[in-house]
Amino acid sequence: MIENFLSSSFIYWLIAILLLLGIFGILECNNLMKKLMAMNVMQVAVIIFFLVLAQKSHATLPVMFNGDVNIDNYVNPLPHALMLTAIVVSLSTTGVALALLMRIQKRYEAIEEDDVLRRMNK
Amino acid sequence: MREQLPALIVVVPLLAALLSLFVSYISKILARWVAIAALLVAHLSAIGALVLVLREGAPWHYHFGAWEPPWGIEYVIDPLGGAMAVLISFVSLFVAIYSGGFSREFNWLKTGGYYTLFLLLTTGLLGMVVTGDVFNLYVFLEISSLAGYALIAFGGNRGTVAAFRYLLVGTIGASFYLLGIGYLYAITGSLNMVDLAELLPPLMTSPVFLMTVVMFIVGFGIKMAMFPLHGWQPDAYSYAHPAAAPLIAGVMGKVPAYAAIRYFFFIFAPTSLVVSKALTVMGWLAALGIIIGSIMAIAQKDFRRMLAYSSVAQIGYIVVGMAIGNMYGLIGAILHIVNHAFMKSTLFLVAGGVKWRTGENNIEKYAALCGKMPLTMAAFAVCALSMVGIPPTAGFFSKWYLILGAIEADLWIYIVVIVLSSLLNAIYFFRVIENIYMKERIEVREIRTSKPLELPLNMLVPIVVLGLGILVLGIFNESIVTQILQYAIPGGGF
Repeated sequence: MIENFLSSSFIYWLIAILLLLGIFGILECNNLMKKLMAMNVMQVAVIIFFLVLAQKSHATLPVMFNGDVNIDNYVNPLPHALMLTAIVVSLSTTGVALALLMRIQKRYEAIEEDDVLRRMNK
Repeated sequence: MREQLPALIVVVPLLAALLSLFVSYISKILARWVAIAALLVAHLSAIGALVLVLREGAPWHYHFGAWEPPWGIEYVIDPLGGAMAVLISFVSLFVAIYSGGFSREFNWLKTGGYYTLFLLLTTGLLGMVVTGDVFNLYVFLEISSLAGYALIAFGGNRGTVAAFRYLLVGTIGASFYLLGIGYLYAITGSLNMVDLAELLPPLMTSPVFLMTVVMFIVGFGIKMAMFPLHGWQPDAYSYAHPAAAPLIAGVMGKVPAYAAIRYFFFIFAPTSLVVSKALTVMGWLAALGIIIGSIMAIAQKDFRRMLAYSSVAQIGYIVVGMAIGNMYGLIGAILHIVNHAFMKSTLFLVAGGVKWRTGENNIEKYAALCGKMPLTMAAFAVCALSMVGIPPTAGFFSKWYLILGAIEADLWIYIVVIVLSSLLNAIYFFRVIENIYMKERIEVREIRTSKPLELPLNMLVPIVVLGLGILVLGIFNESIVTQILQYAIPGGGF
C-alpha cells in the first residue's frame, strides 16, 4: 500500500509542496534576495513536474536501440526539450532580477523590503 | 515574399532588436531609425496578412521550417490575431517615434539598450498574437515580460523597485500558465491550438481540465492585472520610463486578455460547465474591480497613478465582455481591447509630454496647461471623453456593445456596473479637464522648452495621430465591426 503510494502519486505531492513553499517564500520573506531564491524554488517545481510527466518505468533514452520501434520502451523527450527552454527563461529572469537587486542595493543600501520602502518614501 | 508575411511580423523586430544595440555604437540616430523601420515593416506585414486572410475567408496557417503541425510550430493568422497584430505594431510604431524626444538625451549605450528592449517587448507581444502553439505563447509571454521589467526599471530608482516586485509576481503568473500547459499536455499529448480544440471536448469534465482552467485564470489574471491580482500594476505603470510607459500601459496588459479570449472561446468550449462557471466568477471579480478601480482612481493625486488604477477598471470591461459571452459581449470585449489600447497609450503619451516639459506628474500642476500645450491637451480631452464614453468617440461604442450583450443575456447587474463606472470615470477625468481648462494659471517651472511647437515634432505627431485615431475608431466603428471584428469571434464564419 505505502509502496504503491511512494511509487505513484508521492512525487506529485512533493512537487505541490515545493511549489507552495516557493510561493509562500515570495509572499512571506522580507529579504528581497530570499524572495528571489523562493521564486527559483517555485520554477524548479514546475520543471520537475514536466520531467515527471515524461517518465515511464522500464523505458530508456529516446535514441533508437537495435531497431526497436515500440514507443513504450522510450521516455518522451518532448517535455525535456520544453524544460530546456523553461530553464533558459528562468535563468534570464534570475539574471534580470539580480541586476535590479544590485541597483536597489546601490541606491537604497538595503535589500530588506521594509527598509527599501521606508527609504523610498522619505 | 508574400507567403512569408506571418513570419516577417515577428522576425523583423527580433533581428532589429539584436542589431540596434550595435548600430547605436556607430550612430544613435541610425539605431532609432532601425527600430522605426523594423516596426514599420512589421506593421505593413501585419496589415498585408490581415487583408489576405479576410479576402481568402480562411485562417492562414504558416508552418515554421515546413514542419507539419502538431509536431512543428505553426503561426496562425485569423481575423482576431491579425487585427491584434495590426493594433500592436501600430501603437508601438508611434511610441517608438515618440521616444525620440527622450532618447535624444541618452548616451549611445542607453539609446541602444532602450531600442533593443523596446523591440523585444514588441516582438514578444506580436509573437503572442500570431502563434498557434501554446508553449510558444509562453516563450513570447516571457520575452515580452522580461523586456517589460527592464523598461520599467529604466524609469529610475522607484522604477527599479516596482520592476523587481512585478518580476516576482509576473513570474508566479507565468509559472501558473506553464503548469496549466503541463496539465493540458498530460491529458491530450498535444501543444498545438487547433489540435487541442479537437482533442479537448471529450475531456471537458475531467478534474485535470478544471485545474488547467484555474491555472490559466491565475496566470493570465496576474499578467493582465485583473482585479484582485492587480497589486503590481499601479507602481509599474507609474514609474516606468515615460517614453515606454504608453506601450507598457496601453498594450502589454491587453495581450494576455487576448490570450484568455483565445483559450476560453477558441480552444475550450465556452458552453462546457467548467468554462462557463469560470467565466461567471471572472465576470463578478471584474465587475467588482471596475467599481473599486474607478474609486481608487478618484483618490489619486498623481496623473499616471490615476491612469493606472483606471486601467484596472478598463481591463474589467474586457473580462465582463467575456463573461457575457454572447456575440455582442465578445465584440464589445475585442473592440474594447482595441479602443482602450489607443486611449491608454494616448493618455500616457500626454502624461509623458507634460513630464518632458515641466517634470511634473501631479494633477494640480496641470492647471491652465491648455494655453501652453493646446494640441496635447486637445488630444487629452478627446481621450477623456472617450474614457467616459461620450459619442462619437471610440469608448462609447465598446460600452454600447457590452450593454447590448448584457441586455440580451439578461445580466442586468453588469449594465448597472458599466453605467455607474462611466459616472465615476466622469468624476476623475472632468477633475483633470477642470484643472487644465478652467483653473488660474500657476507658476510651473519648465525644465525643457521647445520652439516653435509645444513639443518636439516627433513627440507631437504620435499624440495627435493617436488622439485622432480615437475619433476615427469611433466614427468608422460600424465598418470596423462589420468588416473585421464580426469574423473575429467564434462562429463568425472562420
